[in-house]
Amino acid sequence: MEEYILIFRHEDGTKVASPEQMQIWMKQTMDWIGGIAAQNKFVMGNGLPFADARVVRHNGVVTNGPFGEIKETIGGYIIVKAKSVDEAAEFAKGCPVLQGEGNSVEVRKIAKGDGIH
Amino acid sequence: MNQQELIPHLFRTEFRKITSVLTKFFGIDHVEIAEDIASDTFLLAYETWTYNGIPENPTAWLYTVAKNKAKNHISRNRTFTEKISGEIKYSSSGIEEVEIDLSNKNITDSQLQMLFAICHPAISTEAQIGLSLRILCGFGIDEIANALLTNNETINKRLYRAKEKLRLEKIKIEFPNESEINNRLETVLTTLYLLFSEGYYSESQDVVLRNDFCLEAMRLTSLLMEDQQTNLPAVNALMSLMCFHSSRFNARINENGEIILYGDQNEALWDHELIEKGGYFLHKASTGNKISKYHLEASIAYWHTVKADTKEKWENILQLFNRLLQIEYSPIAALNRTYALSKAQGKEIAIHEAEKLQLTDNHFYFTLLGELYAGIDDDKATLNFQQALSLAKTKTDKRTIQERINKIG
Repeated sequence: MEEYILIFRHEDGTKVASPEQMQIWMKQTMDWIGGIAAQNKFVMGNGLPFADARVVRHNGVVTNGPFGEIKETIGGYIIVKAKSVDEAAEFAKGCPVLQGEGNSVEVRKIAKGDGIH
Repeated sequence: MNQQELIPHLFRTEFRKITSVLTKFFGIDHVEIAEDIASDTFLLAYETWTYNGIPENPTAWLYTVAKNKAKNHISRNRTFTEKISGEIKYSSSGIEEVEIDLSNKNITDSQLQMLFAICHPAISTEAQIGLSLRILCGFGIDEIANALLTNNETINKRLYRAKEKLRLEKIKIEFPNESEINNRLETVLTTLYLLFSEGYYSESQDVVLRNDFCLEAMRLTSLLMEDQQTNLPAVNALMSLMCFHSSRFNARINENGEIILYGDQNEALWDHELIEKGGYFLHKASTGNKISKYHLEASIAYWHTVKADTKEKWENILQLFNRLLQIEYSPIAALNRTYALSKAQGKEIAIHEAEKLQLTDNHFYFTLLGELYAGIDDDKATLNFQQALSLAKTKTDKRTIQERINKIG
């Protein structure tokens, strides 16, 4: 069993959702994660709020937020256990983030034996 | 209370106190000596009280005898150690000055410290439960074997190995450091939770004994709540969970000691005082910023005390299971989560999710699938129930499933 990270990419990080809409997404996300956890395939996850973010560049310039020049903004991630990248991609298909047109979920294998794991 | 009732009653309440205090006094290496002295004390009570009648203060009588027996042991043992090993452990004070402290405070402290010693991470869970039942709860070997559906020999072996391990690991009977408390407490809570479950889910026919296991687990949990250092949110949450579960104790077992399913329970038999207590402890647990699995399980148990079958109820239970599974996966939580999903969002969605669980060696898995297909595709429902029947091990489970198949018929 390998571990894969599912990275949620939002096309437009400047969009602000209503609290009601946020609540619906939260619930859908919890149901989605619950379904993965019920298969004993959930490792961990986190939301990454758009507020209070900085981008630090190689010349030491610090800008506000992950927006602007970058086309996509990362809104969160979860780490799952899966037998193959295809199984991990199957999990990703249920991610509520994909209801937003232009949004995507990137599936990447987590490296092992690199001193972190 | 006459003698026939009094001695077993005192055995239940005092054996563990004497054993804990003496084990703390002698050290964990000598836990058997402590047990022997406590047993001998009760043996003498049987013999003496039969002829001379029950003393005015039976507990004080037991403590005095236990103290004297302990002193005798020390004096005999001292001669031995001085001559043979040269190690003079008790030499700094004369036997007359040796004071074995059986005050309430020392009893409580000793039991709490013993609880931490027994629930040491180095000891296997199985051994922790066995030792807790024997030393902290004072259950007899027969009773432990009966409730755990095994024989005396197995329990004796298990306890022997557990005590060896305590010696080998040189575990001290002491309160853990402040920095360690949270980690150590986690193991203690797991053991208490399992101890409770042993009683609650036991297949033993002895209903009184099962109830006693649960009560003992609650008593040990309240021991933690009485001490300021361990009166933490997770402890209160566990207590709340135990109260909510216990409130259904009389409703979930029929006169033959067989389990009655939640849906068929007579609500009038639920113990409302315990439900109220569960609510009180859950409220007390709602401080701090860490949500333990006990918080989530207690909240789920709370929703089960609400009999009305509303969407709100099942949506809440679903969300709690979603979070519980993220903290700790278990097949039973996965199955219960899927059941809650079916109640909150419909059977089709739940079937889709259930098929992914693939818990194909678990009869509850097929029972759940049968339940979900019932009314949608009765043939598939029957097939799944039959699969469940072939995997079920206990008579009760088999009968419940067969009744379910007949209902579809």
